[in-house]
Amino acid sequence: MAKLNLLLLAVLVACALGLVSAQHQARKLYAEREQAQTLARELDVEYGRLQLEAGTWSLPARITQTAAGKLGMQMPEPRRVRSIQLDAAGGR
Amino acid sequence: MSFAATPMLVRLPVWRARVVLVLLLLGFVAVGGRSGYLQGVRTAFLKEEGEARYARLIEAPATRGRILDRNGEPLAISTPVKSVWAMPEELEADRRQRAALARALAMPLEALDRKLAEGAGRDFVYLKRQVPPEIAQRVAALKIPGVFEHREYRRYYPVGAVTAQVVGFTGVDDVGQEGMELAYQSRLAGTAGSRRVIKDRHGGVVEDIGAVQPAQDGADLVLSIDSKIQTLAYHALLDGVRKHRARAGAAIVLDVASGEILALVNVPSYNPNNRAKLAGAQLRNRALTDVFEPGSTLKPLTIALALETGKATPRTMIDTEGGQLTIANYTIRDAHPARAMSVTKVLQVSSNIGAAKIALSLPSEAMWDLYRRVGLGHPPELGFPGEAAGRLRHYSTWRPIEQATMAYGHGISVSLVQLARAYTMFARDGELAPITLLRNPGYASGQKILSTQTARAVRAMLESAVQPGGTGPLARIAGWRVAGKTGTAHKLENGSYAPDKYLSSFVGFAPVSAPRLITAVVIDEPSTGGYYGGVVAAPVFAKVMRGALRMLGVPLDAPAEPLELPSESEHAREST
Repeated sequence: MAKLNLLLLAVLVACALGLVSAQHQARKLYAEREQAQTLARELDVEYGRLQLEAGTWSLPARITQTAAGKLGMQMPEPRRVRSIQLDAAGGR
Repeated sequence: MSFAATPMLVRLPVWRARVVLVLLLLGFVAVGGRSGYLQGVRTAFLKEEGEARYARLIEAPATRGRILDRNGEPLAISTPVKSVWAMPEELEADRRQRAALARALAMPLEALDRKLAEGAGRDFVYLKRQVPPEIAQRVAALKIPGVFEHREYRRYYPVGAVTAQVVGFTGVDDVGQEGMELAYQSRLAGTAGSRRVIKDRHGGVVEDIGAVQPAQDGADLVLSIDSKIQTLAYHALLDGVRKHRARAGAAIVLDVASGEILALVNVPSYNPNNRAKLAGAQLRNRALTDVFEPGSTLKPLTIALALETGKATPRTMIDTEGGQLTIANYTIRDAHPARAMSVTKVLQVSSNIGAAKIALSLPSEAMWDLYRRVGLGHPPELGFPGEAAGRLRHYSTWRPIEQATMAYGHGISVSLVQLARAYTMFARDGELAPITLLRNPGYASGQKILSTQTARAVRAMLESAVQPGGTGPLARIAGWRVAGKTGTAHKLENGSYAPDKYLSSFVGFAPVSAPRLITAVVIDEPSTGGYYGGVVAAPVFAKVMRGALRMLGVPLDAPAEPLELPSESEHAREST
């Protein structure tokens, strides 16, 4: 009888320790997840900012200005444009 | 020998031990009772109190959806910013620290002190809202007790003034106040979520308790607008308005097949990122919310009806009375007087008398019915706030003179978008397109209003109106065939026509062989360099159309020879 009780006590202690360690693991993983989520949010914010920046750089008005001013490009005169018809086999 | 048996000690009476025992037992009973009471009866309250010390409800704010153009370019985007606030009661800062804070926030020290004084007694006062992250960092680095920051969203509009009236803007609390931001507020806003968590002493989250309610981010809104065409149209319109020192202007570009609005621009505009000095005139989306008497741009509708009902053919000769026609004390005049002209010529030189006579040969009910069916007199239902319905009186109240003047767009008012939409029936072989501000590519089927034959006949007439000899040759572009109609209307002021104030307009489409785009332009009160629609609005139309057709890669349907444009504006003359 005493032997069985001792065995049960040992099992109980082991279970209790297991619970403690599981709880600790859970907290640790939770903290990690929390950090990952914060990072995801920050990256999201960064993405938004980069999109905004890309949008600003690629503004049609800015592209026109750069093309005309910096690169000296201009619209071709209608006379210098040749348009070609692709045949039906080649697709449009 | 035992201690108790020591003869030195007095033997204590037995009852004293009993009393102590009873007292101890009573103590146990009291403790047991109390703990039973706390566990059993007051447990809910105590649990709550306990949770209040470690559990926190965290708000999870939803990000507002973006507004994108049809190609995915952002037109409005939210990024988080910080707002700096203070608890005046808890603020401990000497003058030097306050000066540093004011410097970091780029405000004078007096202004900061005033804010703090105003907020005295309250435990919350905004010092500055929506500051960029680097400023927020500088403020945080000062580590002044009682000064805090919290996260907010700020809306940015990268395309700025070009799409200002379409996209609209949000207020400081991220709620839509104008334009599509207002119209689609609930869809863009999303719903904030929340979760209950356990926090440790350092404020770190230890674990979730209870159900987590995730934030529902707002959905993105994809507009039909093409930001390239939009930018092109804006600059073309701005140039036109400046060149003629006009008060304002609006232009719209429609996709013929899908009915999508590819561009919708207004001048004057404003920068939605900096709304310090805003006037009502800049905010209005004129193309949708303002109505005007369209003038001659309405003539093709009357003529289409005459063709449809068999009252006339393009070659039918109309007696134009030598340029003057009097109906019931009201004289209608032509800018290009002639004895007689064909129906085609009536449209080409924009004869009021011709249009009036054609109108008088038609039943007023049929005219009213056509106008109504093409969308005049009721709002276009784009879901945009403040869309105008225009004014179309019931035919039973029309007098003959009114029916005559309505043929050339007097006594009726429309918005520019209604006018552009009405022209879709000419471009689509008689079928009116439904129009939309949201991306919806593909063919949108609509209501058939005219026969294919009539629509093509009117198209041919509209093409002749932009040929040399018509009122709108400046609308032509090299490489594509164009068709359209000019309009020059006197402005209505206090119920009568102002003699020297005009609305110049042009509505047309291209390429004529297979129409792809409709463009409508209206310019309000041009004051220098002419005022005819053919001189003021047609060049803006040509610029927008040329650029847009090129961008969309529409095949040429005319020789790409440079056009010889008329040097003088003689032909553009018209009186409505």
